[in-house]
Amino acid sequence: MSQGRGVEELLRELAPQVLGVLVRRYGDFDTAEDAVQEALLVASTRWSQDGLPESPRGWLIQVAVHKLTDQRRSEQARRRREQLTLAQEVSGAEVPDRDDTLAVLFMCAHPALTPASAIALTLRAVGGLSTAEIAGAFLVPEATMAQRISRAKQRIESSGMPFQLPEREHWPERLRSVLHVLYLIFNEGYTSSAGPDLHRAELAGEAIRLTRAVHELLPHDGEVAGLLALMLLTEARRAARTGPDGALIPLAEQDRARWDRRLIAEGERLLTGAFAAGAVGEYQLQAAIAALHDGARRTADTDWPQILALYELLERISANPMVTLNRAIATAMVHGPERGLALLEALDEPLGEHHRLDAVRAHLLEMAGDPCAAAKHYRAAAKRTRSIPEQHYLTTQAARLGVSVG
Amino acid sequence: MPKFMLLQKYEGGEGCSEPMSNWPPQDIKAHIDFQVALNQELRHHGEFVDAQGLSAPELARIVTVDAGGAPVVTDGPFLESKEFLAGYRMIDVETPERAIAIAAQASAAPGPGGVPIRQPIEVREVMGAPAIEL
Repeated sequence: MSQGRGVEELLRELAPQVLGVLVRRYGDFDTAEDAVQEALLVASTRWSQDGLPESPRGWLIQVAVHKLTDQRRSEQARRRREQLTLAQEVSGAEVPDRDDTLAVLFMCAHPALTPASAIALTLRAVGGLSTAEIAGAFLVPEATMAQRISRAKQRIESSGMPFQLPEREHWPERLRSVLHVLYLIFNEGYTSSAGPDLHRAELAGEAIRLTRAVHELLPHDGEVAGLLALMLLTEARRAARTGPDGALIPLAEQDRARWDRRLIAEGERLLTGAFAAGAVGEYQLQAAIAALHDGARRTADTDWPQILALYELLERISANPMVTLNRAIATAMVHGPERGLALLEALDEPLGEHHRLDAVRAHLLEMAGDPCAAAKHYRAAAKRTRSIPEQHYLTTQAARLGVSVG
Repeated sequence: MPKFMLLQKYEGGEGCSEPMSNWPPQDIKAHIDFQVALNQELRHHGEFVDAQGLSAPELARIVTVDAGGAPVVTDGPFLESKEFLAGYRMIDVETPERAIAIAAQASAAPGPGGVPIRQPIEVREVMGAPAIEL
């Protein structure tokens, strides 16, 4: 492991812990977060040159406290130097509370924030990424991302929510927001894999790293384990899901030898542990479905009856049109395309504008032996998608059927 | 977050179809100030990606390639210069509704006498959505 890479990893792991200590002491999330970012920058250069200090965490806390003091001093110089003793309040040796990282996570998935701001803030405050890195991942100017993060922090500040773990009764709902933010980060990255999207692909790795950290903090939470398993079982297929030209390769046609067996095994292990722990949630079920796909050595070996049963269960605990859409596919695989197509009719209303409904309908119509209608729906789906690789795929599907129909 | 292109052509709007070169100077200034302020507001909201004006249609050249692979260049002036793109804004917003609201704001840019031009703004989503596993 090169020194540079080790330093970056360590810094990003320490970032939320150090932030937790500062916020707990001074209560000012916004300024503390800026101070930690500055301290990370200093450490990044200094440690790469001189090697690690004896206590990296203590070092970072001390530098961050100095930055915070400087900031406050310059703000308050006009009034009076009332914060002179600030630097002495926290000793570098202070041990951060295990819960600090969690509290920072909960703060970043604050209910007052929109998903986009929660994502940006989580990547910076918990992930320790710089604003420039986050801006690069989302392809916006750095100044724009800086503004987005700063507004998010102001929102949190003005909400007056204290920096602490949520009350017991709010815990499930708040943890759900945290997991949702991590899931969104993963999705942003997982589905982009080529060219200018390379930066975005790193987001998937970052989401896994953060979810792994949450799992270490809350090893007994089944949904945290479920989400981590879902990410690993999905990430395992990354190399197989795009061709060398960046073209999408659907699950059924992927070269399964290219799936990452190590990630699959880890995902399966997590899932077994989560199910053993009791209460079943959304992420666990989705992970279980992913595990069934990953466990099939050949497409033909896929255990569709089991997948169908899981989608039925999933629909019972979190009914939404996208789940029904997936259940329709599983139904078609088990009971034939007509049964799947019949289920799609109920989705015309809620999903009418969504390209995925057209894409699935096209697929099932093709299975049912109606290439003309299938081609028509592939074309409709191609017009409605907002993703270029998907558009290419859907257009090619339509063209393929057009040719075979003559 | 989806990105949108807000595209403006040279055509005027309900409020004004007069070319800017015929406006009183203070109205031109007010118009430019409005555009700068709108971009500033978008920056402040963390929604700004890019905004550019394009050089006049008089400087446009239309390029095709001939059968031998050589470029064929047509210079202006062009008859349909109002159909040319005048400029664009790229924004990164939470929702399509927000893109529409910004477009409406842009369409209200002031013309002569401060009257909103109500120029049509073409709103196009940039193809950047994550692909769903198929």
